[in-house]
Amino acid sequence: MKYIEEFQDPELAGKLLDDIHATVTRPWALMEVCGGQTHSIIRHGIDQLLPEELELIHGPGCPVCVTPLELIDKALEIASRPGVIFCSFGDMLRVPGTGRDLFQVRAEGGDVRVVYSPLDALALARENPDREVVFFGIGFETTAPPNAMAVHLAAREGLRNFSLLVSHVRVPPAIEAIMNAPHCRVRAFLAAGHVCSVMGTEEYPELAERHRVPIVVTGFEPLDILEGVRRAVRQLEAGRATVENAYQRAVVPQGNPAARAMLAEVFTTTDRGWRGIGVIPDSGWRLAPRFEEFDAEHRFSVEGITTREPAACRSGEVLQGLLKPHECEAFGTTCTPRTPLGATMVSSEGACAAYYLYRRLGGTTTAPLEASTVD
Amino acid sequence: MGHGGGGALSAELVEQIFAPAFGGPALSALADSAALEVGGARLAFSTDSFVVRPLFFPGGSIGDLAVNGTVNDLAMSGARPAYLSCGFILEEGVELGLVARIAGALGAAARTAGVEVATGDTKVVEAGRGDGVYLNTAGIGLIPDGVDIRPQRAAPGDVVIVSGAVGEHGVAVLSRRAGLEFEVGIESDCAALHTLVADMLAITSELHVLRDPTRGGVAAALNEIAAAASVGVVLRERAVPVPEQVAAACSMLGLDPLYVANEGKLLAFVPRAEADAVLAAMRAHPLGAQAAVIGECVEDHPGMVVARTGLGGTRVVDQPLGEQLPRIC
Repeated sequence: MKYIEEFQDPELAGKLLDDIHATVTRPWALMEVCGGQTHSIIRHGIDQLLPEELELIHGPGCPVCVTPLELIDKALEIASRPGVIFCSFGDMLRVPGTGRDLFQVRAEGGDVRVVYSPLDALALARENPDREVVFFGIGFETTAPPNAMAVHLAAREGLRNFSLLVSHVRVPPAIEAIMNAPHCRVRAFLAAGHVCSVMGTEEYPELAERHRVPIVVTGFEPLDILEGVRRAVRQLEAGRATVENAYQRAVVPQGNPAARAMLAEVFTTTDRGWRGIGVIPDSGWRLAPRFEEFDAEHRFSVEGITTREPAACRSGEVLQGLLKPHECEAFGTTCTPRTPLGATMVSSEGACAAYYLYRRLGGTTTAPLEASTVD
Repeated sequence: MGHGGGGALSAELVEQIFAPAFGGPALSALADSAALEVGGARLAFSTDSFVVRPLFFPGGSIGDLAVNGTVNDLAMSGARPAYLSCGFILEEGVELGLVARIAGALGAAARTAGVEVATGDTKVVEAGRGDGVYLNTAGIGLIPDGVDIRPQRAAPGDVVIVSGAVGEHGVAVLSRRAGLEFEVGIESDCAALHTLVADMLAITSELHVLRDPTRGGVAAALNEIAAAASVGVVLRERAVPVPEQVAAACSMLGLDPLYVANEGKLLAFVPRAEADAVLAAMRAHPLGAQAAVIGECVEDHPGMVVARTGLGGTRVVDQPLGEQLPRIC
């Protein structure tokens, strides 16, 4: 149980920071793909400690943030129906759809439940055979395997009242889209460690080579992130662009074969819309045809929904690394965690939420404190 | 639901609806308990309701909470708790054996704390309109002469002390919540703190602020104090005692231990000159054995709590909005 403390050790962090400072000779922009990394960076003040030449750009790796508005509205519609138990992870409940969120549906009488695993939703389906139990299956390659497992089990047991509202997305096509975007400033990626613990690293070498961009598989504790930055910078300064695994305690090249097999059995890849970004080819998963009866969109008629994004929300640019949260006019004024315009302000992994929570105004933020005199 | 989470939404509800409706100077202090002058005596008066799930959890139950929560609210004004009231709101169909277990736990906690349950009430709501058992307790206690403890007294130069490890209650309850059962070996810290406060007051009457960081945790409590006194608080993150297992559970769920509820800890704002003696007295008490200085009160950034991170960066520790929501992955 020592792993957390070990990977936050200030002395080791100082050594990594010294190395990074000594290595950097010119400006580089690095993108951390995962929202969990963004929060760790901001929460621990890592960006304040890096050389000025290094810019960390926050990527689209918050599954809550990139879930399309249309799907949120479908979720709200399904959750409002009588006889439905709508199950979701907690951080989806505050995400605004067109005009309301799942908390409001619950306050209006909808049976919306926070669960901690799709298997909990499956258990609810077994316990409530006269109710329709729907699980909101969102997430990257990390959450997709257990959701696939839930569908696999439902099919095996012949459960007729369980379905999945699917919005799964994949990281490699997102990296591809970012590198192909005009004005892309990203020169290296810190790849999401937990995604790679499932999928391995085999998808990345071709991407790194074709775009001449270093990709370093990185964890989430402060030392993980500093090591990821250190390796990315070393590659950039040396003119190299390869895939490195800086998260070897969790990631092996082939990933998790059992999880990948479950994904391959239950899902098939598909084009997917990303909130604020648009459709990215082959960037999502949907249920394979033989599991169609477990698709909530198929089971419930939720067509004809009209969606409306707030005009002032620029979360799409934030998700693409084109805009820092505090550079948005609405940030902290009309858009706060209390009155969010977009998902990036409410998700626990959202970049806007991280900036708001830790108050990174103007990029300068609170000046680093002098060493406390208290002991 | 967010309005019951002890964060900014709860505060708004009180400030915008309840305080204007009720008025009154005693309420305006917005402390954990009201300080009242009655017949020459200074009384502390407090009430609290308990809607916890599950009803029994590692290290305690809703009955323990109902006693210790109100005793602690009284103790946070330096009062010696004397009497409690107890209201049971039962859902139709709840097993009487369960009610008896809760009542037994409540009585035992009251005896341990040395307070008497002097009056009570029972109501039953229809099946499906409750959550098994809700409890409400109110309490009164006597504030010793010369003691003036309230959030508005926090002053630059005060040292911030926490009486022990944080996050245990919230993690213990979460570990038994349906759908999230996991073994952490952590028990709730639920305890009555008035004897610890008495030991601190025996050292000095110059305790400026006491606060038990319950819902919303250390972060919410420090933000409330910083706002009430218009002072800044600087927290040294690595000085905050967080048990490994609490840290691990929080890391897994995407929670911040500073925002996790405690039921047997207090925060004290003490003048720097008194800090060492107060700390020593706290450490001599079983409930303060792990007491630690975690920060200080400053003139800068009034109303705001800023943490110096372990790596040397800084971050704002904001008032939580409502309850923390476990993240997706």
